[in-house]
Amino acid sequence: MAKLILQNVEKRYETFHAIKGIDLSIDDREFVVFVGPSGCGKTTLLRMIAGLEDITGGDFSIDGVRANDIPPDKRGLAMVFQTYALYPHMTVAENMGFALKMAKVPRDEIKAKVAHAAAMLQLDKVLDRRPKALSGGQRQRVAIGRAIVRNPKGFLFDEPLSNLDAALRVQMRTELVKLNKQLQTTMIYVTHDQIEAMTMADRIVVLHAGIVEQVGSPLELYNNPANLFVAGFIGSPKMNLLEGVVTARDDQHVEVKLDDAGTVAVMAARIAVAPGTRVTVGMRPEHTALVSDGPIGGVADFVEHLGNETLVYVKRPDGRQMIVKADDLAGVRMGDAVTMAPKGDRSVLFGPDGKALLRREFHLH
Amino acid sequence: MDQGVAVTNTSTEVRSGRSARQVNTLPLLLPAVILLLLWSILPLLRTIFYSFENYNLMTPPAVFNGGLNYRYLFTDISTWIAIKNSVVLVLGVLAASVIFGTLIALLLNNDFPGRNIARLLAIAPFFVMSPVAALIWKNLLLDPVSGLFGWFMTLLGLHPIAWFSTAPMLSVVMIYSWRWIPFATLILLTALQSLDTDQLEAARMDGAKGFARLRYIVLPHLLRPISIVIMLESIFLLSAFAVIYTTTNGGPGDATTTLTYLIFIKALNDFSIGSASAAGVFAIVLANVLAMFLIRAVSRNLQA
Repeated sequence: MAKLILQNVEKRYETFHAIKGIDLSIDDREFVVFVGPSGCGKTTLLRMIAGLEDITGGDFSIDGVRANDIPPDKRGLAMVFQTYALYPHMTVAENMGFALKMAKVPRDEIKAKVAHAAAMLQLDKVLDRRPKALSGGQRQRVAIGRAIVRNPKGFLFDEPLSNLDAALRVQMRTELVKLNKQLQTTMIYVTHDQIEAMTMADRIVVLHAGIVEQVGSPLELYNNPANLFVAGFIGSPKMNLLEGVVTARDDQHVEVKLDDAGTVAVMAARIAVAPGTRVTVGMRPEHTALVSDGPIGGVADFVEHLGNETLVYVKRPDGRQMIVKADDLAGVRMGDAVTMAPKGDRSVLFGPDGKALLRREFHLH
Repeated sequence: MDQGVAVTNTSTEVRSGRSARQVNTLPLLLPAVILLLLWSILPLLRTIFYSFENYNLMTPPAVFNGGLNYRYLFTDISTWIAIKNSVVLVLGVLAASVIFGTLIALLLNNDFPGRNIARLLAIAPFFVMSPVAALIWKNLLLDPVSGLFGWFMTLLGLHPIAWFSTAPMLSVVMIYSWRWIPFATLILLTALQSLDTDQLEAARMDGAKGFARLRYIVLPHLLRPISIVIMLESIFLLSAFAVIYTTTNGGPGDATTTLTYLIFIKALNDFSIGSASAAGVFAIVLANVLAMFLIRAVSRNLQA
């Protein structure tokens, strides 16, 4: 149970401004993912929340209490480290019970809590082992178990799955989300992997160069990226971004003459954009189709058959690459000349400043 | 395709590597083995041979006298005093170097201005050779008339004491500790620097601070390097000689006569090569028994 509020939180090192004023409110029981490229400050921000790094500006509060100066063990937050950071000379049970031992909890109580957490994480059979004798997945569980026994208000995960193999990562992903529902606690999860962010988060916080680029649910970020950075970062393969000039608009559409290509129409009801404005049209590979006589031309540079779908990498006349996700039966071969058209109702418009012009209401059916 | 080729390549490399290991390597080892035999096994055999002889340099020739040297050795009270002295010296210096070595390493592991110079100074005594160290202590520090300790005691209104006659073993232990604490510090400091920072941060999150952090995180991490310090220092300290020779000459009486020093007295004061050899063989057996336990303990620590 924890509501975390960050107000204009900053982190300055002597020569480096790592976190440049972040406002964020994290609700109780929410699963929030911090995502961003390496060096964007996401881990620093998590460590500031944990109390491992000083907050050099702004306010941070937990459940309404200012927590800037509360030591890490008194914040009621538990952290799972990327390297797990298990104590190598302690058994699994001792590792999990260490925080309670430090808090002078009676031995029987520690034992009961450890046993409970171990059962939840299927660790009951390895309680007497040292971390060295465990598999990567088991170590990961011990690290989570160590956090659980403290019965924290919130969990902080620092790229916890990056040391696991792909299959285990997918499995742990769902287990962590289940754990969130089961324990009913706030969780903050840091990753650079946008697929992890999309699959796990209630809300995603996209960080870039020490500022928040956008906060929203996975689908909100996917459908309504606030700016070019988020548009390029969320979604795989990446969104295609083509520049052009607005030529006409009516009450439903904006028509954009793309550089080195024809004119596309973008559904845009309530935005003010005058003809002549330079804009960027974002169209996701899955919202772009190979059609005959489409407005955008190019040569199929590379074709990837993934079975259920086909990825076509198209080289455009200006040399830039565009990706189209076609269906599995698309008969495109390398070297073929192709033309493409975006689905006008799924394209996104960005103004000259890189910010989205279009904020659509998006409803799931 | 490219990957497939690469994989086959490495696997043939592995295979050829394995066949290379099957080549008979004994001839290649032979020069080293022969050198080792000449260097250490022959003198050992020679010593064992002498230990069964009545061989005194003043009354040649040497004659075989059965186990008489050993009987005298084990019935002589000075042998047992020497062993006791050796044990006191080794344990005393080990205790000092583990305790102070850990404390100094913990201090030097902190960040403070001039840290590198402080580290260098802390390690420096280790590079001073034993006789020099002994002379520094004897003439500059412990001397009751001109020594620093004596001056300090006078300042406090005490009578300066003659350290080498009042507390001879303590003095020798102090001097050896002064030389060996830096060695322990050096090893323990490098070990501290290899302690995973994530682990320390996890401990911070778990609420382990100050002494608890030392007790549950840092010291367990240092257990392995401490056992290495104990092993290496025991080996060196068992053969400690120079400081005793330079300061107390094993005295007063036999207060600082260790087993090593006893062998020296027998061989070069009494010229009794036979009984010195017997004591030497006994010392070798003792040292090997000790080494066996130590190495077993250390290797168990290394595996854990």
